[in-house]
Amino acid sequence: MFTLVDLVQPDNLAEAYQILSDKRNNTILGGCAFLKMGSKRIGTAIDLTNLNLSYIREQAGFIEIGAMTSLREIETHTQLREYFNGVLPKSVHNIIGVQFRNGVTVGASVYSKYGFSDLITALLALDTEVELYKGGRMLLVDFLNKPHEKDILVKVWVKKNNRKAAYLNLRKSASDYAVINVAVSKLDDQWTIVVGARPSKAAIAVRASAALSKGKLSVEEIEGAAQRAAEELSFGTNARGTSEYRKALCQVLVKRGIMEVLHANQSDN
Amino acid sequence: MKSVGQSIRKIDGMAIATGKPVYTQDLATPNALVVKILRSPHAFAKINSIDISRAEKMEGVECIITFKDVPAGRFTLAGQSYPEPSPYDRLILDEMVRYVGDEVAIVAAVDEKTAFQALKRIKVDYEVLEPVLDFEQAVGHSTVVHPEEDLSCNFDIGLQKEKNVASSFTEEVGDVEEEFKRCDVVVEGVYYPQAQSHAMMETYRAYTYLDHTGRLVVVSSTQIPFHIRRQLARALQIPASKIRVMKPRIGGGFGGKQTGSVEVFTAIVTLKTGKPAIITYDRKETFSCTTSRHAMRLKVKLGADREGLIRAIDMEVLSDTGAYGEHAATVLSCVGHYTLPLYNKTRAVRITGNAVYTNKMPAGAFRGYGATQGTFALESTVNSLAEQLGLDPTEVRLKNISKEGETFLTGQGVLLGSTSLDRCIRKGKELIGWQDKFPSREIGQNKVRAVGMAVTMQGSGIANIGTASIEIRLNDDGNVTLLTGATDMGTGCDTILSQMAAEILEIPMENIIVSAGDTDTSPFDPGSYASSTTYVAGTATIKAATELKKKILEQGAKFLGVSPEDAEMNGLAVRSVSGEQEIGLAKLAELTILGAGKLQLVGYATHGSEVSPPPYVAGFAEVEVDQETGKVELIDYVAVVDCGTVINPNLARMQAEGGIAQGIGMALYEEVRYDELGKMATNSFMQYKIPCRKDIGKVRIAFEESFEPTGPFGAKSIGEVVANTPSPAIVHAVYNAVGVKINHLPITSEKVFLGMQKS
Amino acid sequence: MQIKVTINDKLVTWDVEKDEFLADTLRSHGFLSVKKACETSCCGLCTVWVDDKSVLSCSILSLRVHGKKITTIEGVPKEAEEFARILTAEGAEQCGFCSPGFIMNVLAMKNELVNPSENEIIHYLTGNLCRCTGYMGQLRAVKTYLGVVEG
Repeated sequence: MFTLVDLVQPDNLAEAYQILSDKRNNTILGGCAFLKMGSKRIGTAIDLTNLNLSYIREQAGFIEIGAMTSLREIETHTQLREYFNGVLPKSVHNIIGVQFRNGVTVGASVYSKYGFSDLITALLALDTEVELYKGGRMLLVDFLNKPHEKDILVKVWVKKNNRKAAYLNLRKSASDYAVINVAVSKLDDQWTIVVGARPSKAAIAVRASAALSKGKLSVEEIEGAAQRAAEELSFGTNARGTSEYRKALCQVLVKRGIMEVLHANQSDN
Repeated sequence: MKSVGQSIRKIDGMAIATGKPVYTQDLATPNALVVKILRSPHAFAKINSIDISRAEKMEGVECIITFKDVPAGRFTLAGQSYPEPSPYDRLILDEMVRYVGDEVAIVAAVDEKTAFQALKRIKVDYEVLEPVLDFEQAVGHSTVVHPEEDLSCNFDIGLQKEKNVASSFTEEVGDVEEEFKRCDVVVEGVYYPQAQSHAMMETYRAYTYLDHTGRLVVVSSTQIPFHIRRQLARALQIPASKIRVMKPRIGGGFGGKQTGSVEVFTAIVTLKTGKPAIITYDRKETFSCTTSRHAMRLKVKLGADREGLIRAIDMEVLSDTGAYGEHAATVLSCVGHYTLPLYNKTRAVRITGNAVYTNKMPAGAFRGYGATQGTFALESTVNSLAEQLGLDPTEVRLKNISKEGETFLTGQGVLLGSTSLDRCIRKGKELIGWQDKFPSREIGQNKVRAVGMAVTMQGSGIANIGTASIEIRLNDDGNVTLLTGATDMGTGCDTILSQMAAEILEIPMENIIVSAGDTDTSPFDPGSYASSTTYVAGTATIKAATELKKKILEQGAKFLGVSPEDAEMNGLAVRSVSGEQEIGLAKLAELTILGAGKLQLVGYATHGSEVSPPPYVAGFAEVEVDQETGKVELIDYVAVVDCGTVINPNLARMQAEGGIAQGIGMALYEEVRYDELGKMATNSFMQYKIPCRKDIGKVRIAFEESFEPTGPFGAKSIGEVVANTPSPAIVHAVYNAVGVKINHLPITSEKVFLGMQKS
Repeated sequence: MQIKVTINDKLVTWDVEKDEFLADTLRSHGFLSVKKACETSCCGLCTVWVDDKSVLSCSILSLRVHGKKITTIEGVPKEAEEFARILTAEGAEQCGFCSPGFIMNVLAMKNELVNPSENEIIHYLTGNLCRCTGYMGQLRAVKTYLGVVEG
């Protein structure tokens, strides 16, 4: 059973951060979907509701997504359905149901660095930065690789550009966590291949991405890149699949992702 | 017919759909004590000591019960007619704990928070023992799950506790070994249908209090009020006359609520404290501390001649009953009981089996009740046979299935009263497009589509055991009340029985009040299970209604001054056949029941059937398999059902669609899994995935009515038979798509992928 | 602690615990249509509206709805009955336990989506589990309700 001693709704980030730092078990609240599951003992729960962090707005070459924005807002946002071939809405599409996505927030999804996250995989294939109250602005990939440090994720920045992207996943049943998820993107000639739910957190297949960016995109090269991605990343075993199966799936889905992006590119031109 | 055969809305439909407070928890008083259970963290252990002193002292804690405080007599929680064919192997709380989640202590407190805190303050010292987790290793394991001396059975069910065998079973007709020698083709297979969770939406719950005479009143979400009363009397060692069990609306059961999983815990609290108490299992407890479908291993051997006539069937079953033996013997025997009669060109059949104890959550009753597992194994083998013979699997079925008026080897000469299975198969072939689609076709982008099929049967009630009593009385205002112990759990039997009564009495359904599921007022009924309510309670309803109608006509004739033969029902009145005179039911009731009449008109009947006529389903699946990932997508599922006469087409269709969906869940998604220490790993809807609406594809139901001569209006059952075909039919379709035969359920993309890698 | 909320168009002040969830608060105040069936925010039975959006009341801390507008099925009796008549005419309520949450999400969908396709309907309602019906009857009822033409 989870316990909670106090709940506060601060009016500014400084105050929120102060309370967060006061005690080890003080915690920022997201959508609270997973709260009841564990036996978490929260001291002061910090609700960011009053900080106006629920927004998706475009400015200065970026799309800014506030931490308290719900996954449902990502899913239904008109521009996001256009940008990057709608990769962000697609990535959250299968997460449980509308009610769940109305509650779960972008901030909590990204900050928690869940291995099963669908959103992180898609964001990582774009030019994404996160802005932390204390830690400042940094690339998503750096944030993911950084050791855990208590902070408040304020917003996510996604650079607006002509990146084409695709999101693929395999689930044992439609509303389950993904066995594996893959996002592939291309900006000019530069490719990014991301694989998540390995089941550890999403990572960029750096060498496969680089190889693909240098080549001529022949079928052999695409298959080679997919194979390379499966080889350079590590995969684990859990109830949803073995590492061997994930590795095999990685190869198939990366290949399909590349093809989908190429296809999107062609239909655009 | 005016009522029977009509898609009438359920009489409770609007109330339950719009959230009216009619379920167990809604009915509890707010001051009821909250009951929580301390559970074993070990798969097998002996309790050395329990220290409850710190918990007991807490403000708001009303009562803590441990094994030292409970009666000594063992009992079973299986909801079965007395004498139950399940071993008496339980105590309310035992010194031994036999699975992770087994009950250690019962805590009652003023609120949930206090109860949870009290649980944490109970200190238990365990002697941890080596558990038996693998059911294939149970027989002869050095650990004996039930070593106790006082374990007993009402009669011999083949229990050998020192070998961990809860029950064993053998049935053989003819000489199987000899017959196999004569067969042109013999195929064999080993199948592993998994444990499945019922996952009804309303978790287990019961609310208890003492009434004005000090009797224990139990309001429970149960399928079996009368069995609960008997269980509680035995477990608590109080007279059954001191107990009343009531069933309000139920949020689904599927056989789960045919086992008394919770009532005893709240009942003992109310007896000890004198106070109202409620127990509400959370989802985790519902998954991990109640019952599941029996996991099994089935070895099947089939022999046939060159023409495809099946001549010999041999099945060897090993069933995992878990820590306690609820339904162990009967589920085991039903494996053969509900499969072997499908095919009657056989000359010899044999089924042998053991149900074994292990240190896991007990298995119990679950829609399909052994037939589901048996159908998966037998039908998968028949599909293999068809392939070996180079015959269309639908043709093999048509050649071999039992027909109306025929007998079958294990049937002791009973003639099959009704079947339209041949029509079901033909209709299903047409609906799925079998001619064009069998076995498979490539559709590009590494995808293959294929079809598969299976047939199944079940029973309708339990022959010579299941009985139902129905009372229908004319009330003083001219309406009638139908009293039944049958338990509508969403299935609609309150409505179905009303339809039948209305049909016989020739009155509108609105004039029938249903009073159901209360052991103080209902006539005896074992409860709704074994596909019995429409067939058994339905027939009792017809008999009772016929009797009441006769009495009404006699009484009406008296008032009209005509002979009873010259009186007939006319809406809510009795009139003379000539049509000249008429008396309204209200007036008739007033003159008969009140004042000088002194006669309450009652129709009453008890019915039990000597046969259990089988309903049938022919199931057809179309799947799309991704050859690169192994991902299986169910495109279309067609089930053609013979349930005899369809009493209420909408409710029958809903039973069928829901049963197929549950079967699809078993085939593709669901599996109760344990970790290496015996702890259940699938104790939430995030880890145990029942199908959501994207997982089902398209399910299409058609009915091919037959007329069952022993059934009410020609009806048979439908509730369970619909759960059985998806596993074998989908396995067959996947095999036809990519040549991978999945014998361990569920079919997962990874298993299909690995199978493709090997071939 | 106290919260002020508008529940089914009535402004009320309720005392709630800090770790109390909205579904429990609602049930304790007599809104017994609100059912709970999981602890993992994934069954949809507890669906109510907060500021007209479908949410899972079992996983919202009651303190966080202070100042908001909450609607349960008791608050939309006319609309609920209209759809429930269609649902029960199909027999697709079956045990009924998941129906109130399901109906709340169907009504939310009707308010949000314009002429949804069958796939959009299925997608919108995916978060509402049902173990009885196999979903087909629910889909027929929703299509009838929304006037969705086959094909």
